[in-house]
Amino acid sequence: MFEAVAFYLFAFLTITMFLITVLSSQALYALSALAAGMIFISAFFFILGADFLGAVQIIVYTGAVMALYAFGMMFFDTTREVKEKKGNKFIIIGLSTLAAVMVVAIFAAPIVSTNMQAFYPMIDGVGNTQQVGLVLFTKYLIPFEVAAVMLLVAMVAGIVLAGKKMDLSLTLMNAEDIKRIEDEQNKKVLS
Amino acid sequence: MEIGLNHYLILSTILFAIGLVGIMRRKNLLLLFFATEILLNAVNIGFAAISHYYGDLTGQMFAFFVIAIAASELAVGLGLLIVWHKRHGNIDLDTMTSMRG
Repeated sequence: MFEAVAFYLFAFLTITMFLITVLSSQALYALSALAAGMIFISAFFFILGADFLGAVQIIVYTGAVMALYAFGMMFFDTTREVKEKKGNKFIIIGLSTLAAVMVVAIFAAPIVSTNMQAFYPMIDGVGNTQQVGLVLFTKYLIPFEVAAVMLLVAMVAGIVLAGKKMDLSLTLMNAEDIKRIEDEQNKKVLS
Repeated sequence: MEIGLNHYLILSTILFAIGLVGIMRRKNLLLLFFATEILLNAVNIGFAAISHYYGDLTGQMFAFFVIAIAASELAVGLGLLIVWHKRHGNIDLDTMTSMRG
């Protein structure tokens, strides 16, 4: 009973928040609604007994990803209204529903066709975090290391891409220097 | 009323459809990134639900890797967006036609 109430409450909240994210014309509203939706999704993980995954969801998504988006939005002009694509609404909604149903069919087909056996079954009397550690550092050690290398590469790429010319500050320069830098940039873009 | 696997899969479908609608109607690249985050999270719910109802930890493992991929995709994508915005002053998808695609 309690589980059902929690499920329907958080399902309603998550769908509402993501609808706001998708349909709002203000980028700031979309960002806030997305952050709220991420926290509500972690509630499903706690209901499902995946405690560690829920904690990771909160830490990574609302702690790191949303903070990064918020800092990134300082570079962009987010106060103006976002322009939307003008397309046929029925085509968009129809295609989205079709694709989503196909994704669930991909998930459900192996479950329906055979009796699925647990590959790495859960151990009784051991907490979720300990189970995750046991499986992650034995069976999934190589994917884990590869994911670490991928995150390192992404960090280096982010620094290299966004950190260009971070050493010179536009507020501390005089007008002629800024004009010269802009001219150089325009030349680069045109060539 | 008992909540079963189908409930979670239907919720996952609904969230995935919302994300796809977002991808198809957004023109601003930053908001397009938001829609991809919704897609990844919808799939994560499906993974966690299957992991719970079949007593198997593989689903949770894949959810972790999906989160790692989402984080690294965001770092690279946001860096590229900042570079593009510094050069051109906007991040609309329709203006990115320098490759005449």
